[in-house]
Amino acid sequence: MKIFGIPIFPDQASTFAKDVDALYFFIIAVSAFFAIAVAIAVIYFGIRYRKTHDGEIGARIEGNLPLELLWSVIPTIIAMVMFGWGASVYFHLRRPPAEAMHIYAVGKQWMWKFQHLEGQREINELHIPAGRPVKITISSEDVLHSLFFPAFRTKMDAIPGRYTELWFDAQTPGSYHIFCAEYCGTNHAGMIGTVTVMEPAQYQAWLQGGGMEGTLAQRGAKQFNDLACSTCHLDSGQGRGPSLHDIVGKPVELQDGSTVVVDEAYLRESILNSQAKVVKGFQPLMPTFQGLISEENLVALIEHVKSLSPNATTAPATTPAPAAPPAEKK
Amino acid sequence: MLDKLKIPERHYLNNGHGLASWLLTKDHKRIAIMYLISISVMFFLGGLFAVGIRLELATPQGDFVQADTYNKFFTMHGIIMVFFFLIPSIPAVLGNFLIPPMIGAKDLAFPRINLLSLYLLWFGAIFATVAMVSGGVDTGWTFYTPYSTTGSNSHVVPMALGIFIAGFSSILTGLNFIVTIHRMRAPGMTWFRLPLFVWAHYATSLIQVLGTPVVAITIVMVGVERALGFGIFDPARGGDPVLFQHLFWFYSHPAVYIMILPALGVMSELISTFSRKTIFGYSFVAFSSLAIAVFGFIVWAHHMFVAGISTYAAMVFSFLSFSVAIPSAVKVFNWTATLYKGAISFETPMLYAYGFMGLFAIGGLTGLFLATLGLDIHLHDTYFVVSHFHYIMVGGAIMGYMGGLHFWWPKMTGRMYSEFFSRISAILVFVGFNLTFFPQFVVGYLGMPRRYHSYPDEFQVLNVMSSAGASVLGLGYFLPVITCCGR
Ligand code: HEM
Ligand SMILES: [Cu+2]
Repeated sequence: MKIFGIPIFPDQASTFAKDVDALYFFIIAVSAFFAIAVAIAVIYFGIRYRKTHDGEIGARIEGNLPLELLWSVIPTIIAMVMFGWGASVYFHLRRPPAEAMHIYAVGKQWMWKFQHLEGQREINELHIPAGRPVKITISSEDVLHSLFFPAFRTKMDAIPGRYTELWFDAQTPGSYHIFCAEYCGTNHAGMIGTVTVMEPAQYQAWLQGGGMEGTLAQRGAKQFNDLACSTCHLDSGQGRGPSLHDIVGKPVELQDGSTVVVDEAYLRESILNSQAKVVKGFQPLMPTFQGLISEENLVALIEHVKSLSPNATTAPATTPAPAAPPAEKK
Repeated sequence: MLDKLKIPERHYLNNGHGLASWLLTKDHKRIAIMYLISISVMFFLGGLFAVGIRLELATPQGDFVQADTYNKFFTMHGIIMVFFFLIPSIPAVLGNFLIPPMIGAKDLAFPRINLLSLYLLWFGAIFATVAMVSGGVDTGWTFYTPYSTTGSNSHVVPMALGIFIAGFSSILTGLNFIVTIHRMRAPGMTWFRLPLFVWAHYATSLIQVLGTPVVAITIVMVGVERALGFGIFDPARGGDPVLFQHLFWFYSHPAVYIMILPALGVMSELISTFSRKTIFGYSFVAFSSLAIAVFGFIVWAHHMFVAGISTYAAMVFSFLSFSVAIPSAVKVFNWTATLYKGAISFETPMLYAYGFMGLFAIGGLTGLFLATLGLDIHLHDTYFVVSHFHYIMVGGAIMGYMGGLHFWWPKMTGRMYSEFFSRISAILVFVGFNLTFFPQFVVGYLGMPRRYHSYPDEFQVLNVMSSAGASVLGLGYFLPVITCCGR
């Protein structure tokens, strides 16, 4: 929105946009009310009780307890309303629906790399269909970055060694900014891109076009063979490593007796820091792949493993996994 | 009126003139004056970097300086302003000068330690200068890891040392104030007769003593990781990059109250003096200072809502953040009530006080936007945040500092400033400030991230407004130098 040609309000392109904006306008209204009330009082008193002659002094008023309690309690109540409303919007913002379409993003000085499950890879460009929830799993190859979509009113940090995620439901076809919001060095301001929201049919057409090297999971399968994972992780379960079939989303028992649920963070950790959580009944033989595999290939591998568990709906990126490399140092 | 005042023959200004009589003094008043000179230099140095920032941002292309240079500009600007100007400003200058007479003591409890704190600030500044002239630092004043430990190839280690040393200056000042206020009050000067200025400094000192060591150690850890390759924060070596943020903000959030609380104390004095009334609700105002200091320690993670902390942790920190807003609101209401039925006059300090109330209110209210979870996700790390903290720290803390400095200037120097020019500069500061920073709220909501040396074209008009406003603001800050030196 513009006033006199000056933009003052960002595009509202996602379902969150109007929720967040409603909150924004509510707080503006409350703030304006208090700011104007205080301003009027202060200016009025300044004029009305202006000192007129030397030696004049003000009335002796020490305080007024009921009044002071009143103006402590009322702001408290209003603040609680803001908190509650803000928290409910936030809850919505942090909980991707199960049916969300999944995309991976990797931040790297100074670009955003996106990978679609269907195989497309993009740099500083992202194509998505309108009217469909999209979940993005984010990681970083070097320092902190932050994936920011102002038109969707959401952002999330990209943290090396962890997966974080955000989701949105983009409603309005068009092109919008992608920014990096966490300072990441020299060309931080250049780490920007464009997200293109397309009609679903157009998006399908876009998916078909362009040379692809198979889906993300297929690329992962190739990695699985190239890195010789397949020599130990036999489907039969008789290999030196556990079978990877049908494990995603399920608990697995570890050597120390504890159990973990297999999710993206666990898979990532097991590949990069294989001694950290050894599955019960197996020897800690697996080499670490830290430094040998890039964030993008890692994601492909994980997608491959996930594809071996066709019944698992989603493997949420939950627990932060420590110890992961900024692989492929330039 | 001033001519009628009798100044004693020998006072701290003419009691010895040589350099040694100043550099080795244990007189809190002389130390305060040396602080005043030191931090004024810092303020104008930091301001020079701000000029660089605003020139670069006048055009979207980033064509005034290189990206790296710009990054060093805003880093130096932030470091100098925060660690070498704002944190020492009111406590070290006005607090040092005024706390002893306000409580009826001859000097601070530890005059030698007081001098030592000044030297520590200087030593810290020397290291910072070394870092600056040998090529600068580009991490931002927040030093986020792993960029500061592994990514940046600038001079992080000497800068970290400089801040570490300056931190001890702050700790010692706080310690000195606490002991002085506890032990050296004149007979009959009970806690509830203390001037509110003293209460505010007491609360500030608690933060300085409890919080500063944490940032000092954190900064040392950054230096150690950089120099020796430890894996504290670097995930490639098994460290946790988010740990740094917890440690950093555990200090640096309360640190913003180190900057603003003393200004709140100054305000309470100015408003009651210039409306010729006692403050409305003395004990509420006194306790709200303590409440701000205490709550300030439990809200740090509101800087980290999108840094991968859990949904529930975010909820707790959002909830707590609102708790700081209440005592701040109480102060504004009590000042307003103090004006009621007063005998109000508008000398320069009162103009600063009025300006302060306006800017502090806007700064505080925009804090509500940022504490609100759903909204902060969008606003975090945009210009909205830049504007918010400038309203508080520059709008609030510096208005307080300037107001206080004008108010006590005759007492400190035995000379009067030019009332006419000082009023003009107070007004210029207020107007220039709003011109500079209000557009930044708008451009922030539009989505412009902070620390960008270039930006998409559609943000230009608002940035030009901001740059133009900055020149008015700069003039407002500079005018007092001319008018006080010109007489
Ligand atoms: C003419 C006055 C000033 C102007 C025009 C100005 C401008 C700016 C701008 C544009 C930034 C954001 C840089 C960025 O994130 O890209 C900034 C950051 C900052 N400013 Fe100022 N500023 C002024 C005065 C001050 C003063 C007086 C202080 C402190 C007392 C101050 C403290 C800071 C701090 C702490 C930051 C954050 C630095 C960082 O995020 O790395 N500023 N300033
Ligand atoms: Cu970045």
